[in-house]
Amino acid sequence: MSEIRVEALTHTYSAGTPFEKTAIENIDLTIPSAQFVGVLGHTGSGKSTFIQHLNALLKPSSGTVYVDGEDINKDKKTRRAVKNKVGLVFQYPEYQLFEETVFADIAFGPKNMGLSKEEIEQRVREAADFVGVEEELFQRSPLELSGGQKRRIAIAGVIAMRPGVLILDEPTAGLDPAGCRQIMDNICRYRRESGATVLIVSHNMDDAARLTERLIVFNRGRVAMDGTPEQIFSQPEKLVEIGLSVPQSTRLAMALRARGVPLEGAVYTHGQLMAALKGVGLC
Amino acid sequence: MLKDITLGQYFPGDTVVHRLDPRTKILGLILYIVAIFEASGWVGNALMIVLTALCMAVSHIKPRNIFKGLKPMLFIIVFTGALNLFYTDGTPVLPGWPITWEGAERSAKMILRIVLLITGTFLLTYTTSPMELTDGLDRLLSPLRKIHVPVHEITMMMSMALRFIPTLIEETDKIMSAQKARGADFENGSLLKRAKALLPILVPLFVSSFRRADELAVAMESRCYHGGEGRTRMKQLRFAPRDLWALLLAVLLLAGLIALKKFGL
Repeated sequence: MSEIRVEALTHTYSAGTPFEKTAIENIDLTIPSAQFVGVLGHTGSGKSTFIQHLNALLKPSSGTVYVDGEDINKDKKTRRAVKNKVGLVFQYPEYQLFEETVFADIAFGPKNMGLSKEEIEQRVREAADFVGVEEELFQRSPLELSGGQKRRIAIAGVIAMRPGVLILDEPTAGLDPAGCRQIMDNICRYRRESGATVLIVSHNMDDAARLTERLIVFNRGRVAMDGTPEQIFSQPEKLVEIGLSVPQSTRLAMALRARGVPLEGAVYTHGQLMAALKGVGLC
Repeated sequence: MLKDITLGQYFPGDTVVHRLDPRTKILGLILYIVAIFEASGWVGNALMIVLTALCMAVSHIKPRNIFKGLKPMLFIIVFTGALNLFYTDGTPVLPGWPITWEGAERSAKMILRIVLLITGTFLLTYTTSPMELTDGLDRLLSPLRKIHVPVHEITMMMSMALRFIPTLIEETDKIMSAQKARGADFENGSLLKRAKALLPILVPLFVSSFRRADELAVAMESRCYHGGEGRTRMKQLRFAPRDLWALLLAVLLLAGLIALKKFGL
């Protein structure tokens, strides 16, 4: 729903002290409306710094960020307004829950937007439905729920603001496989039904390959690779050099090819692997 | 924003001052503080300024970092200066003015004293890691164990508190960002409103502090920590010749200042 454009974005932490560190340097990117983007890169590559610029939490040291064509750092008002447009879910978001009830916690964002009581209630119900939190839980304390439930409530707290861009920093970190799948399904459903642009920071190459339309790979504060999953995963050597892995299917296909099995086409999902194996009569 | 707090921060380095035994530096600081209050005349004060500047130069601490640390104390410095300036009896600077020559002199000396005091303390914390600092204190205070003061436990708590300050600052920063992303506003509104706005930060911070304390206790117990009794150290503190020289210098300085005071300089 919203388009993001980043021009010559640079950010330096603790400028002018011995701890000075340039986290991102000269980033130029355009993310069109409704695109599903995966952001990859290992720890310290600058991806977390990058996403915090997209809703004006961090001020660029230099460069400009546009959301829907407007410079979000123009003044105090735009810096505040962009937070309603670009929703950011941090890593381990369950640690930010604070209200006495699940309902109140999900309502925190909409309340800050100054919406009416009825509107807030409707949005809370809608957001809870997106992440599969039942109404029975509304009056419970969020602190006594399980890790996966807490995480989904925290995500609902951002979804309740109906952001046009939803950014999630490793939303599945530390969850069991069932929890991971559920959260990814929730996100996909929100994207489908709201038409939002979604950016997802992930270490899980299989998710990245399966779900996204475009991958942006960060390395040492710069964009090292940018393209469709097919383009990115067809250069596994480069990914490995950066210190990232490739999807399991790609790894298997590479190993088979190395042993002389002539697999056709790009392989980065299970479905493609099956098709390629069928193509050579191995399946 | 929160990352810019420099209070009690350690700047790693490899200068003579960094290498001094922490006990030397703590004792040196105590002598330095006594010396500041012994320096009453202008010659004595000038000597203190030169010495402080010398220490800063030797330990590669930039004046800018000292100024940054002084900023939070600015109110106290200005207040003390003004108080002494206006409330000292003597000859007025101009007839009828409330400011006296004596007041101006006393005010200048007071300000200098406070600035030197803070600078000296910063020189210690800037050049000594928290671990070394608490180790040094532990050893210096160890005679108190004879009268059943739990010295080790106190210094252990101190080093843990110091260790977790950056962690908590980082955590606060993270929670603040997360709540800001949900539209929380910490800067505008009435005092009451702003106090209320702190709730979304304080609750998660408390929850995570308790969790951290719990995890730390389990981790320490599973490594058989049982207090100070019979505990040995990986890094033994050892006095080197340079420590002797440094202490000697500090004692001489103090003696010199006391002598200067006798002559009214």
